Amino acid sequence: MPKSITELENHVAQTRRDIVRMVHGVQSGHPGGSLGCAEFFTVLYQNVLRHNPTDFQMDGKDEDIFILSNGHISPVYYSALAHSGYFPVSELGSFRKLDTRLQGHPTTHEGLPGVRVASGSLGQGLSVAAGVAQAKKLDKDNKLVYVLMGDGELQEGQIWEAIMYAAHKKVDNLIATVDVNGRQIDGDTKDIMGFVELRSKFEAFGWNVISMNGNDLNDVEETLSKAGVLSGNGKPICILMETEMGNGIDFMMGSHKWHGIAPNDEQLESALAQNPSTIGDY
Amino acid sequence: MEKKDTRSGFGDGLYEVAQKNNNVVGLCADLTGSLKMNKFQDAHPERFFQVGIAEANMISMAAGLATAGKIPYTGTFANFSTGRVYDQIRQSVAYSDKNVKICASHAGLTLGEDGATHQILEDIGLMKMLPGMTVINPCDYNQTKEATIKIADHQGPVYLRFGRPKWPIFTETGSFEIGKALHMRPGTDVTIFATGHLVWNSLEAAKALAEEGISAEVINIHTIKPLDNKAILDAVANTKCAVTAEEHQMNGGLGDSICQLLARHTPLPVEMVAVNDSFGESGKPEELLEKYGLGVKDVIVAAKHAIARK
Repeated sequence: MPKSITELENHVAQTRRDIVRMVHGVQSGHPGGSLGCAEFFTVLYQNVLRHNPTDFQMDGKDEDIFILSNGHISPVYYSALAHSGYFPVSELGSFRKLDTRLQGHPTTHEGLPGVRVASGSLGQGLSVAAGVAQAKKLDKDNKLVYVLMGDGELQEGQIWEAIMYAAHKKVDNLIATVDVNGRQIDGDTKDIMGFVELRSKFEAFGWNVISMNGNDLNDVEETLSKAGVLSGNGKPICILMETEMGNGIDFMMGSHKWHGIAPNDEQLESALAQNPSTIGDY
Repeated sequence: MEKKDTRSGFGDGLYEVAQKNNNVVGLCADLTGSLKMNKFQDAHPERFFQVGIAEANMISMAAGLATAGKIPYTGTFANFSTGRVYDQIRQSVAYSDKNVKICASHAGLTLGEDGATHQILEDIGLMKMLPGMTVINPCDYNQTKEATIKIADHQGPVYLRFGRPKWPIFTETGSFEIGKALHMRPGTDVTIFATGHLVWNSLEAAKALAEEGISAEVINIHTIKPLDNKAILDAVANTKCAVTAEEHQMNGGLGDSICQLLARHTPLPVEMVAVNDSFGESGKPEELLEKYGLGVKDVIVAAKHAIARK
């Protein structure tokens, strides 16, 4: 049963609370990019993926698969996995602490249900997703493979190897979303290593490109649904998702500065006041 | 003696294992002919993925295929199978515990005329340092073929290293088992632990030593990780000294693994036949082995030194 926009809004608010509380709790982690992607993860995990969270199987046969390439936004990923039933929500409190399954960057190593490959070293997820997508074709499994990458991550050369591959081999069961937040660690992407714009590049390689405002729940829902419809037509699908880093917490927005630092006690209080508890804190 | 390249053992093994196991898939980065993957490709075009000259994409894609239950065999030169894609192997394959078989041809000096850019001598070290990685360096066509087939039934990442030149075939089919040292020749004065092409040179050296009245045992350590500790310790308990022989840097290779084992359990004289902190160069395989100290006479000299140090 798909969730209504109101229900999704509640999920997004809860996800934001989870993100800042997790990062605050261990005084490390990456809140900015995580917050920008709260709507995307909420819609994907609550309404889009056809998956079995309570019976996690690594091979994901006959399930939609999601691969996170920019692994540093693990807080939003973990929150989405927990709230869709992969593991207890209470486990979010162990984020980045000794003996946790919720490692700083996502990994299969500690057996956390929902994670299928380690990521953190950037640029590898699109290739991994292409491999899963090829296996699905071989198995005549018509479910889809989703992957999320950062826009700064597109500076990695391997991404372009995979972009070339997926178009040439018509990997049309692959939906790659780029989080275009325009920021990276050292500053704005356009200043560090700008692409000018991305649509023409993906199109030139032979991809089907659509775009959305990643912080507008209606747009995210419609666009992800449209991407599903576009699959199976001989081209891989790229969603250029514009987001605001730090979205939903006023002092974290409009800058790259909250890429990888934690809020202090006062800042946490302010962040939580802006996003009242909905589903319930871990 | 019949000679064949070990890479042909890989090609024939891949074809054979793919006939029996539908989950076996192959990926290649524009070196299908060099890796002898054509027979597999022709028989199973749907299970063959040509990725072009894009090794990083190939390794991470293999991790994806393995995630979905396939048994991917990646094929390219040893240099491009390891150093070029170390981070992809480390994160997407080894740390993620993916059942990927990294199959690497043209390893070592015997690649020959192409020179040092392609003659990787550090790959065993790179691969054996990765937690959970199995490292196999077979010595002839038969062993390479058998290893290629048997790694399909081994759950977990494997690095399989083989070479380019035609090389004598001297092992029996059925003699290869992952992680189990293979006794090639009995002896009482010194044990020569050899891997890859250097097993043949070690057997030749043992023959020559016998003519001088020296009894050299030769043990083939095809699996460098996990090391067959028991076979190694049992052998030196008898001979009291050892030689290691490999087509690899001394740092990080088989000799280094055996020295660690002996230092911890039973310190004894060890001489190492390996490349000593140097890059290779262009030349014919035999010329290069001789120039870089990996020839038959180098094994003979090392054996005598080891015995003298007892």
